[in-house]
Amino acid sequence: MSAVYIVADNIYSPIGATTAENFEQVKQGISGIKQHHNTALADEPVYASLFDCADFKIDKQLTYTRFERLLIASVEDALKDSGIEAADKKTVLILSSTKGNISLLETEADNPELNNRIAMHTSAKLVAAHFGFVNQPLVVSNACISGIMAILTGMRLVQSGQYENAVIVGADIITKFVLSGFQSFQAISTEPCRPFDKNRTGITLGEGAATMVLSSNAEYSDKIKVLGGAVSNDANHISAPSRTGKELKQAIEKALSIAGLKAGDIDLVSAHGTATSYNDEMEAKAIALAGLDKVPLNSLKGYYGHTLGAAGLIESIISIQSLKQNLILPTLGFKTMGVSDAINVCTKLTPAQLKTCLKTASGFGGCNAAVVFSK
Amino acid sequence: MNNYITSYCTIVKHVVYKNEVPVFENRDADLPAFLLSAYQYFGLNYPKFYKMDNLSKLGWLASEILLKGSYIKDYEPEDVGLVLSNANSSLDSDQKYIKSVSDIPSPALFVYTLPNIMIGEICIRNNFKGEDAFFIFEKFDAGFIELYVNNLLNNNTLSACICGWVDVFESDYKAVLFLVEKEERDNAISFSKKNLGGIFDNLVIDKI
Repeated sequence: MSAVYIVADNIYSPIGATTAENFEQVKQGISGIKQHHNTALADEPVYASLFDCADFKIDKQLTYTRFERLLIASVEDALKDSGIEAADKKTVLILSSTKGNISLLETEADNPELNNRIAMHTSAKLVAAHFGFVNQPLVVSNACISGIMAILTGMRLVQSGQYENAVIVGADIITKFVLSGFQSFQAISTEPCRPFDKNRTGITLGEGAATMVLSSNAEYSDKIKVLGGAVSNDANHISAPSRTGKELKQAIEKALSIAGLKAGDIDLVSAHGTATSYNDEMEAKAIALAGLDKVPLNSLKGYYGHTLGAAGLIESIISIQSLKQNLILPTLGFKTMGVSDAINVCTKLTPAQLKTCLKTASGFGGCNAAVVFSK
Repeated sequence: MNNYITSYCTIVKHVVYKNEVPVFENRDADLPAFLLSAYQYFGLNYPKFYKMDNLSKLGWLASEILLKGSYIKDYEPEDVGLVLSNANSSLDSDQKYIKSVSDIPSPALFVYTLPNIMIGEICIRNNFKGEDAFFIFEKFDAGFIELYVNNLLNNNTLSACICGWVDVFESDYKAVLFLVEKEERDNAISFSKKNLGGIFDNLVIDKI
């Protein structure tokens, strides 16, 4: 099977419009999370990482929704100077999102036309047409592992030779729909989230988009590679993670085996680390079971919040920058170990020779995903 | 490598078909009543069924009928997975959830506002721990399902995969599930785009 290279990428978030801007901000410990008091979002003030309205050009024609404008902004920057042509018959667009245009249910009158406008295949088609992609775009919507699953889907389609290039874009926006849902689960933190910390009280939500461009073309062989990945299901509960972490461990071990690596070969773990009590505990168990408890680990949720369908992409791209710059980022919000298995949570900016990174995520429906990147 | 469709199940227009044979119908019911009548007719006993949304109920029912008489229990949990798709994601439950928000947002409704929850329900019932995936398409894409599932089976990521389409929006719905295995069983047919598309379309156009 051919190698799959990461040709170009973009993060479009409240703290930056390019990958470079984002990495610089995160390196300086700057977070997008702020307190927002906006009654359209929630009655009480809430911490979240959100775009200011000024970050968006208002599209008077309403050709594209806010969600789609985010996707377009991210893809545009990633494709620029990448050498990959959207209109190439060998290129496919893959979209990742959990809720897409669902905010239209809050602002628009209910009608059959609206239902089609909300559908994620409609957004995918509009974005594909905007850039001139000729192949039918794909849409992955698999809860909070959507971003990693979209990377794996792209990797497989490129590896199997179905396409030479895959442009993978993920985004989610935060409105009352999503926020009230997590609040109904008592899952929202009363302060900026604190992954793996003893005093963590839950998730902080975040908005963002990210794009990763993959190719099997050997001219990119000096770039970072996607070595492999895997997905598993807990088969335990639809909204609570596994009690043992065995299923996430299963996905991690399968990802390592496909990548041809052992636990000892991994230099950095970019965890899901949502800062809910149960997720972080389960993840720590899985990391320890997989023999990765000594490997430097971080969660980036303290900078971005949980960006849902974009999270796997944003966090993978930041971790790939870590590999390139040989720099491990601290886990913002973490102070005191708060999980029962001792894992190596990174607390300060640490220069280190890095070659490989494992990225994990888990989500509602009992799903787990793991992917391995390497120089 | 050859893979095989060893069983398939369609639920549409208030009729349940197993391997193209109609096995149950109840045309005088709305969707929830139809789903409940099918659950009762097939003698299923699974209290979690009652709390599911219509999408999960439909997908779960189709999977139960699909797997009846199969060799699915012979596989290790991590060797069985699901690749499902639809057009409307979880819009049917999204609409119900947003109506609850102005009053008291319901966590029991919110949890069903993701289409892959249906996959979780089927995994919990059967202890399937292999790879799963949910894709959104405007129309059933037999070519993509063939490509993606063949990849999972031929790379030994899975030994058996339940794949297909489960879509619900208000009273419109359709479920077509396929059990795909590496092993050729009695009456198995080749796992191909042509057979997937034929089964998906035929039942609707020709047999109702």
